[in-house]
This record gives sequence, structure tokens and C-alpha cells, in this order.
Amino acid sequence: MSLKSPLGSVLGLGAAGGGAHHWWMQRLTAIALAPLGAWFVTALVMLPDLSYPTARAWLAAPWHAVPAGLLVLTATYHAWLGVRVVVEDYVHDRRHKLVTLVVLEFLHLAVGAGALYAVLKVALGGAA
Amino acid sequence: MAPRPRPLSPHLQVYRPMYTMVLSFAHRATGLVLAAGLLCLLWWLLALAAGPEAYANVYAAMTSPPGELVVAGLVVAFWYHFCNGLRHLNWDAGRGLEKVNARRSGTLVVVATLILATLTLLAMLQTGGRL
Repeated sequence: MSLKSPLGSVLGLGAAGGGAHHWWMQRLTAIALAPLGAWFVTALVMLPDLSYPTARAWLAAPWHAVPAGLLVLTATYHAWLGVRVVVEDYVHDRRHKLVTLVVLEFLHLAVGAGALYAVLKVALGGAA
Repeated sequence: MAPRPRPLSPHLQVYRPMYTMVLSFAHRATGLVLAAGLLCLLWWLLALAAGPEAYANVYAAMTSPPGELVVAGLVVAFWYHFCNGLRHLNWDAGRGLEKVNARRSGTLVVVATLILATLTLLAMLQTGGRL
């Protein structure tokens, strides 16, 4: 049995009942993405070229593959949280909203899974 | 009897466009652009994993003039969202929320975006010969 009062157990949860989890995860992924994103963009443009051997050898190195894997997962999660809010704000019909959210959720999961698969394949596949 | 329509709160069209407001829209817009850009990143990574033939297609696409325009657009959107995202995190920490500071940090974001995007695009021109 909880000693919390009924009011105390709902305080901070808001009308959606979900509390601040979405808000917090959006910030947490943002904090992670700031260094990961800046590193990824800077590292790619510092490469001598983006030909297949250069790009493949770059991504295959463990100290590139691990942050790249973290980047694609975090970026997809962050994008899903952001896109979700835009849909919730601008799609007013409840049925359209639900369908759009479900489709976009699956799409983001697919993008995240595909990108992680590609990074792992390059990283673990040995010399191409 | 049909229920009376619920009252709506005033939305975008009733407000005069303001500097900080446009910056705020731009954060959302660049966020959506970058979400779509994840599809480009996915294509690039999958091609890199698939092998030289698949990569040749992506490489041809991203070094074509429309492809270079897309990459350049993503670079600008990335740095804007990056800088303005840091501005948001600063606000979340409870700092810089006063009107004058919000306007000042907005200018800083625009200037920083221009500098970072220009440097990135110049680096791409330098190293790749092309973008």
C-alpha cells in the first residue's frame, strides 16, 4: 500500500498521464546527439574523399563504428520523438492522427534497424 | 442538437511574425528536414554495407548537382538545429529566457550556423574536389 495521497500520485503526470518521459528523452537524446552529430559531420568532411574504400575503411574502425551505431539509434529515436509532436500538433482528425503516428513509428523503427544493421555489417564484416 | 464547436486558442495567423518566432519555426522545419535526411543516411550506410556496385549508385547520386544541393541543405539544417538545440537546452536549464537574451541568443545561433555551415561546405569542396 502506498502512503501517497491520491493527489500526490498524479501530480506532474499531466493530462496525458505519461508525465515528462517524452520531454526528458527528447532532451537526453539531444545531449547525446550534440557531440555525436558534430563528430560525424566533421569526421566525414575531413576524409580525403568519400569513395567506397575510404568510407568503408573509416566506418569499419571500431572507434568509428561504435559511435556511428550510437548516432543512428539516438538520431532515429530523437527524430521519432520530434516528428511525433509535429503530427500531434497539426493532424487534427483523430483517426488520421492515429494512423499517421503508427505508420511513422514503424518507419522510424525500420530506419533505425536498417541503419544499425548496415553499421554492424561494415564493422563486423571484415575487409570488403 | 449538435454540440457547439469547442473554442480554439489563437494560433499562428493572428500573430505578427517576429524574429524569435521565425527561429522557432525554423527549428521544427530543420528537424523535419533532418528526419527525412535520415533516409539519405540510411541509403548511404546500406550501400556502404552492400558493396562497391551499390555504393557507386549512391556516390553518383550525391555527387550529382541535385544531390549536392540536398547534401548542402542537410548541412545547413544540421548546424541550425544543432545550434538552436543548444539554445533550447540552455533554456531548459532555466537560463536566458528573458526577451532581450532570447533575441541575442537567436542572433548568435544564426551567425554560428552560417559560420559552421560555410566551414563544412568549404571542407567538403577542399577534400572531395567536389561536394
